[in-house]
Amino acid sequence: MDTAYAYSVSMSIRHGLLALLERGPRHGYQLRAEFDAATGETWPLNVGQVYSTLDRLERDGLVLQDGDPDADGRIAYRITDVGQAELRGWFGTPVSAKAAPRDELAIKLALAVTTPGVDVLRVVQLQRTATMSGLQELTRLKSRATDAEADLAWSLVLDSLLFRAEAEIRWLDHCEARVARAAARRPQNSVAAPATDQASRR
Amino acid sequence: MSAPVLLLSDVTREHRQGDTVVHALRGIDLAVHAGELVAVMGPSGSGKSTLLHIAGGLDTPTSGRVLVEDRDLATLSATQVAAVRRRSVGYVFQDLNLLPSLSAVENVALPLELDGVRGGMARRAARAALDEVGVGALAGRFPDDMSGGQQQRVAIARALVGPRRLLLADEPTGALDSQTGEEVLRVLRARCEAGAAGVLVTHEARHAAWADRVVFLRDGVVVDQSGPALAAESLLPAGGAG
Ligand SMILES: Nc1ncnc2c1ncn2[C@@H]1O[C@H](COP(=O)(O)OP(=O)(O)O)[C@@H](O)[C@H]1O
Ligand SMILES: [Mg+2]
Repeated sequence: MDTAYAYSVSMSIRHGLLALLERGPRHGYQLRAEFDAATGETWPLNVGQVYSTLDRLERDGLVLQDGDPDADGRIAYRITDVGQAELRGWFGTPVSAKAAPRDELAIKLALAVTTPGVDVLRVVQLQRTATMSGLQELTRLKSRATDAEADLAWSLVLDSLLFRAEAEIRWLDHCEARVARAAARRPQNSVAAPATDQASRR
Repeated sequence: MSAPVLLLSDVTREHRQGDTVVHALRGIDLAVHAGELVAVMGPSGSGKSTLLHIAGGLDTPTSGRVLVEDRDLATLSATQVAAVRRRSVGYVFQDLNLLPSLSAVENVALPLELDGVRGGMARRAARAALDEVGVGALAGRFPDDMSGGQQQRVAIARALVGPRRLLLADEPTGALDSQTGEEVLRVLRARCEAGAAGVLVTHEARHAAWADRVVFLRDGVVVDQSGPALAAESLLPAGGAG
């Protein structure tokens, strides 16, 4: 996996935990449960991830242990002033498009267009079908969400994925139209099928 | 599995204009079962409307077979095809063609009355269909006194009224804002879950996503289908799950 992307994921978990601690002191199990609830379990964390993130937050002075371990030996954490400043900074900064994993698709299509023997329209169609399947599944999940307050957070996460999938399909339509127009301008270069195998082997 | 409500088998449709032949559909195979909603997507001119017209008996294929509820339309008389159209098929088209001189409830009751259903019963069914699409309160209004979205919902109620088992919709959300469009899709979806078979033509991915299956048309050919979908988790970036 792309390291810049992995970095952005771990930063999101960090800030997610800080946001939960902003509500009051919590221990790791509680943080995991609340993180999963807030993101509709689309991004499940394991408890090891939670504790290693808490260790790093503590090392950086963003959280502190809050008193002694409880009867079950669990340690609660609370957010520090530095942690609160960090959290405000996070909410105040737009997410960089640089870390978007879908850049892989843009790169793949750019290469498909410039690699001889690749059936670009087939690559586009395979992607569109896959993205459409995803959009169908998200729509099914969304149709189950109610208007209840508790479903709002979950529903917003789904919306974000839905809009992204929809935008991707629109972009694929655009790519297809442009490739077709370009091909119409130079008919002698039309390339045939071996690319289909290549594409489906992804 | 039971027989499909709609079956297209190697269907082609050619339009001849002077010396040129337009191949609107080329070898289409499509089966739509009860309980299933299928979306058809494709660029303009790819044959979507032609496919829907042929499925509903409004146009006939140049070759291939069309079966609606097990009946081969080519073997039926014009009167019999007309009866299939009235009793089995509900259409929603881009142009709504509501009759301006009839109120909403009269427009919706009309196909039933033409089919011999008694007035009172037809009206009760029409009111239920209007309620189903959320415009029950507008039953007495005339088309000219309704917004585009309201008219579209009345047109959809007209397609749903009675026990139609095949619903054909060509861009039914075209005139609607996104919220209303979504409500219309919920209605179509619910009807299919209740046992109808539906075919929805749309160029909006978010609307097609309500379907069980999405068929992609290009130049009269099905180039791909998205089947029952992947698990939602597979959409998420791998890094998240740890
Ligand atoms: N009555 C007709 N006469 C000649 N060509 C037609 C006729 N109807 C449709 N076509 C052609 O058939 C093709 C498919 O049309 P249509 O089914 O309306 O496409 P879509 O609904 O996907 O935009 C187009 O090339 C269109 O120009
Ligand atoms: Mg059309």
